[in-house]
Amino acid sequence: MTPLYLRRWSWIHKWSSLVSTVFMLLLCVTGLPLIYHHEIVHALGNDTEVPVMAPGTPRADLDQVIASGMAAYPGKIMMYMSQEIDEPAVWNLTLGDNPTDEHYKPLAVDARTGKLLAEPAREGGPFMSMMFHLHVDLYAGLWGKLFLGFMGLLLLVALMSGVVLYAPFMRKLSFGTVRHERSRRVRWLDLHNLLGIVTLVWALVVGATGMINTWADLLLKVWQATELAELTKPYAGLPPVTKLASMQQAIATAEKAAPGMQVGFVAFPGTPFATPHHYGVFMHGDQALTSRLYKPVLIDAQTGALSASGNLPWYLSALLVSQPLHFGDYGGQALKLLWTLFDIATIVVLITGLYLWLKRGRETVARPVEQRIGEAV
Amino acid sequence: MIRRFGPVWTAPVALGLLTLVGLVSALVGDGVWDALSALALGSVAAVGAWCSLRRPKSARRPR
Repeated sequence: MTPLYLRRWSWIHKWSSLVSTVFMLLLCVTGLPLIYHHEIVHALGNDTEVPVMAPGTPRADLDQVIASGMAAYPGKIMMYMSQEIDEPAVWNLTLGDNPTDEHYKPLAVDARTGKLLAEPAREGGPFMSMMFHLHVDLYAGLWGKLFLGFMGLLLLVALMSGVVLYAPFMRKLSFGTVRHERSRRVRWLDLHNLLGIVTLVWALVVGATGMINTWADLLLKVWQATELAELTKPYAGLPPVTKLASMQQAIATAEKAAPGMQVGFVAFPGTPFATPHHYGVFMHGDQALTSRLYKPVLIDAQTGALSASGNLPWYLSALLVSQPLHFGDYGGQALKLLWTLFDIATIVVLITGLYLWLKRGRETVARPVEQRIGEAV
Repeated sequence: MIRRFGPVWTAPVALGLLTLVGLVSALVGDGVWDALSALALGSVAAVGAWCSLRRPKSARRPR
């Protein structure tokens, strides 16, 4: 590797890291509680107690489920309803003043009795909500997301340039060496290189899928503007839906259109997952992979007739499959623990990297990287 | 450069492949696949922890 080549990669590594480090530290720290979102919400007492009933207890009529929710908040409209694969006894309802209300009201309704169970705290309570926003959008909506996505891109650049620099630093050291006998700076350099290369693939995958996630809103808008806009064309000039068709029948129609699949969530007219004239019923499987691959069934919200069913466009499927790879929520407690360990190791890489830059010393600044490598090994 | 590839890159490439196996297998299925995932990612984490936390017996920290 020529000195010039090395100096360029060193410059790239330094600046891509320096610009993104503070935000990456924020993302790593706020990401830790998010790994244990379910457990923390439970511990804070913000989850729903579900009464135990005999297996096979018949399920309530879905229109009754919706009526129970609406009765609690007259004047609000339905935005979404959903059920978890491992908690089919609960319908999670989301109500709002309009179809894109940011201050929506989450409700939990018993799927068997059709009665209101609880009013869960929005986003899991104030603490988890804060962690979520600091991690996802810095309370700045789409632009906050896109900004963090750009920081994610810088992280990917820092990781790749770090790989290029790994070889010259390691050429005289065996893998995993940490020179405890040398100065703190050399020790921390070794730790930075070691933990950086050990967590590399994990950090690349989590960084890249996190960046893709920041584009979710944009990708939904693309879908809205293309396939969904095509579906809405015949409704041009028609007034908005006045009386919503029966949800019980809409689901039955959707289940016929997607045999063997179950309802994941229903988007009501006007939300980003539906059109102003359709229910978007999102069907999915119950296996590890098939539960991520939703099949949208669009149902006329006035007549209840089937309008279209098919697969999501590739970019939305890619987004949905990439999400678990960011969250680490797809392999039980063991995977969550490993996500935690890799996250902490990444924090160490960030802090040692920052330290190496702060302690570069005056002479180090003047000396090119190839000399510093010579000195370090 | 080619000559040096082996000593420098064997361990990182092996750890990278193990990580990929761990990340993908839990996505494919549950049960055995989750266990394989935990084993693969766990060994990567163990290598990182072992190398960064071990102290050579003779090492004396300089001031």
